[in-house]
Amino acid sequence: MNSENTAQTEGPTAYPSAAPLEFRHVGKRYPGADGAAIEDLSFEVPAGEICVLVGPSGCGKTTAMRLVNRMIDLSSGEILLDGRSVNDRKPAELRREIGYVIQQIGLFPHQTIAQNIATVPKLLGWDKRRIAARVTELLELVGLPAEMGARYPSQLSGGQRQRVGVARALAADPPLMLMDEPFGAIDPINRERLQDEFLRLQREIRKTIVFVTHDIDEAIKMGDRIAIMREGGRLAQYATPDELLAAPADEFVAKFVGADRGLKRLTLSHLGDIELTDGVVVKVGDPAEEARRRAADHGVEEVVVLDGGEKPLGRLPVARLNGQPVSADDADPLAAIGGRSTSLRDALSLVVADRNRPLVVVEDDGRLAGLVSLELISDALRPPG
Amino acid sequence: MAFALPLAQSDPVIPEFGRGSSCVRDPDALFCWGWVKDNWSDTLQPALLQHIALTLIAIGIGSAIAFSLALTAHRRGWLTTPVVVVTGFLYTIPSLALFQLLVPFTGLTRTTAEIALVSYTLLILFRNMLAGLAAVPAEVRDAAIGMGMTARQLLWKVELPLALPAIFAGLRIAVVTVISLATIAVFVVNEGLGAPIYNGLQQTFSTELIAAGGLCVLLALFSDALLVLLQRAISPWARVARR
Amino acid sequence: MGAGGTTMNDFTDAFRFIGDNVSLLWHLTLDHLALTGAAMAIALVVALPLGVWLGHLHRGSFVAINISNIGRALPSLALIAFGVALLGIGFVNVMVALVVLAIPPMLTNAYVAVDGVDPDAVEAAQGMGMTPTEVLLRVELPLALPLIFAGVRTAVVYVIATATLAPLAGASSLGNVIVDQATYRLPGVLGAAICVAVLALVAELSFALLQRAVTPRGLRAGRRDGEEAVPPPGEGRRVLVRYANS
Repeated sequence: MNSENTAQTEGPTAYPSAAPLEFRHVGKRYPGADGAAIEDLSFEVPAGEICVLVGPSGCGKTTAMRLVNRMIDLSSGEILLDGRSVNDRKPAELRREIGYVIQQIGLFPHQTIAQNIATVPKLLGWDKRRIAARVTELLELVGLPAEMGARYPSQLSGGQRQRVGVARALAADPPLMLMDEPFGAIDPINRERLQDEFLRLQREIRKTIVFVTHDIDEAIKMGDRIAIMREGGRLAQYATPDELLAAPADEFVAKFVGADRGLKRLTLSHLGDIELTDGVVVKVGDPAEEARRRAADHGVEEVVVLDGGEKPLGRLPVARLNGQPVSADDADPLAAIGGRSTSLRDALSLVVADRNRPLVVVEDDGRLAGLVSLELISDALRPPG
Repeated sequence: MAFALPLAQSDPVIPEFGRGSSCVRDPDALFCWGWVKDNWSDTLQPALLQHIALTLIAIGIGSAIAFSLALTAHRRGWLTTPVVVVTGFLYTIPSLALFQLLVPFTGLTRTTAEIALVSYTLLILFRNMLAGLAAVPAEVRDAAIGMGMTARQLLWKVELPLALPAIFAGLRIAVVTVISLATIAVFVVNEGLGAPIYNGLQQTFSTELIAAGGLCVLLALFSDALLVLLQRAISPWARVARR
Repeated sequence: MGAGGTTMNDFTDAFRFIGDNVSLLWHLTLDHLALTGAAMAIALVVALPLGVWLGHLHRGSFVAINISNIGRALPSLALIAFGVALLGIGFVNVMVALVVLAIPPMLTNAYVAVDGVDPDAVEAAQGMGMTPTEVLLRVELPLALPLIFAGVRTAVVYVIATATLAPLAGASSLGNVIVDQATYRLPGVLGAAICVAVLALVAELSFALLQRAVTPRGLRAGRRDGEEAVPPPGEGRRVLVRYANS
């Protein structure tokens, strides 16, 4: 289709697998309207990253997204996809190389799932065999059984339709995807699952993605970068989630991210990211005397009991040592155990629930990794630099 | 012509009852199968075929006009009201009157009959086509454009297929209506099932009008059923169970 | 016929006929209206209570909705012919045929109107302690009235149109002139056809205005000119019926 892109040979299309996107002083003004819908919007999204546009309703985030594939035409400035202004492209042609997912998904009710997914490849004139192969591949990629291809959209659940929407947007392997509140109509439990699934998928496909949401928690979870927009279509702050939470640019951003932004930041780090303390450990069968001495050395009143394989069995208050060798029966069982992938926020919650006692953290194989205390977690919250 | 073979005509002429059937002996009977059998090939069957032809032509032309009007009005909304007013006006005029009012223009011809019949299909077909196109969900349209469909592709690949059930609903009403109204065409042109019905009304022998009237009702019901089956065949997605 | 001048003359003659025969046409119009009125009165008494009652109970949807399809398939000429065959000729025969034609659109609309009243409104009314009769009279009927009325309007125009065929079965109406070309010639036929068309249009318009008047104000905003667009079968909760006028 695109003679300009014939040099590209990778992937199922002639497109590069991901392309950088840049907004340069973009403005949108509707005739007859008082203010601008979008005002001097500038930011860059590096190839392969997720940029989340977030803000209160009416801030122009969806408008900004729709300027990219020219569903709306901009009034001033320019938008560059892979270094080339979208205004130089024919709208239909441009849209075929940009994946498009909207909240209501908009599957075609009169076409089967397979036909839906094949929409853009068909528009691009792929041959039948290649389309069929691509459809099978995509169904698998989004975790749907192949036989679902023969069904109609009305026969699918909301979550399944959402997956089909993503597969359809990915069909021609576009270098850029636009997603407008793609998980907005899904119940909270399934939304979380779909978000996780999508992040896992993105690690594989590495697309450049513009993601619109009004939910700051979703923005923090999904975004490599977040553009917070405010009424009048102005950019309030453009930063990574961590920067945004640690150093909001102004009152508006601080208010929008919420007073609990410290806690939100904790969701961004995991126990694997921080240095754990070793804690005081004893093994089953160690003499009571030695256990007591170690506790005294570190000034603690409890030790962690490990079995022969270094797996934690419980906590043992020093006062309970009675001269016999250390036994698992004397120890209090652990209320909770953390892992390397546990977020700091969850770790904090577990520590607080366990009367501020340090949380025991294990490796994937169950061996003790260390302990995390309240102090460690609050240290992690200190602003960077 | 009447003098062609006056002497060779040996059979007695019994014009009122058709070719000497058993009914001649029992003219008061409500219905006589023998008459139907005897007159099928020279009266009823030709009338039925003419009736079908009248209907098909009216529906064909009516669909073409309504379709182009609906497609235009779909893009230019202001057109809807004037079209509905004009076609609604035509629709309200009683058919016997409309057929007669056309006579000064097109005479006692089949054209007159077709113009009147077409004018009765327009409102039904136009409204249903437009309603079907308008009922395409906004997000479906948005997704189609967002994926790079041109206006033409959007219309032919998405909007029209989705409007099919509504279009067929209109088609069914239009077909049944035209089959029914085509009987009135007998007042301007001696064609269709209206002719034997009208003929039957002029005599005390009732078999002819009952047979022709019954055929007309059967034709309407059969066409309606046929359209239902056709619609199901071309819109399989409308049938699947919804979760 | 066909040439512009003759066409003009035909219509000029038609209007002259109307002017010369005011008294005849007036009497035939009264006959026409008497036939229409009698048939409508009987059909109303049969169709409306039945449709409203079925709709209130949400029962009999198959019959109530399909009766109008069957009604539409019945050619009025054939129906009058059947009437002649079964009942002989005269006012009563034609009236019975007209009643049969008027019932389906009114029955279906009344059913659909009451059946389709917003269930939330009905539930709220029950929740506030209304008896079934009170729910019907105070909630369902007022909300259903515009649609019920649309059915009556359809039937009236349909019956006026069909009454034109009355002379074929020995009853009197404006059709007397139209079907008797031998006596009245083309100007007479055209003149009477104009009268019938005007009568139908006047009935349609006045009933459209009446329908507006009976529509509760809260329902008026946002309704697209009050009518139909027959939805696809199966989605047909608000099927409205209209008939071409034979």
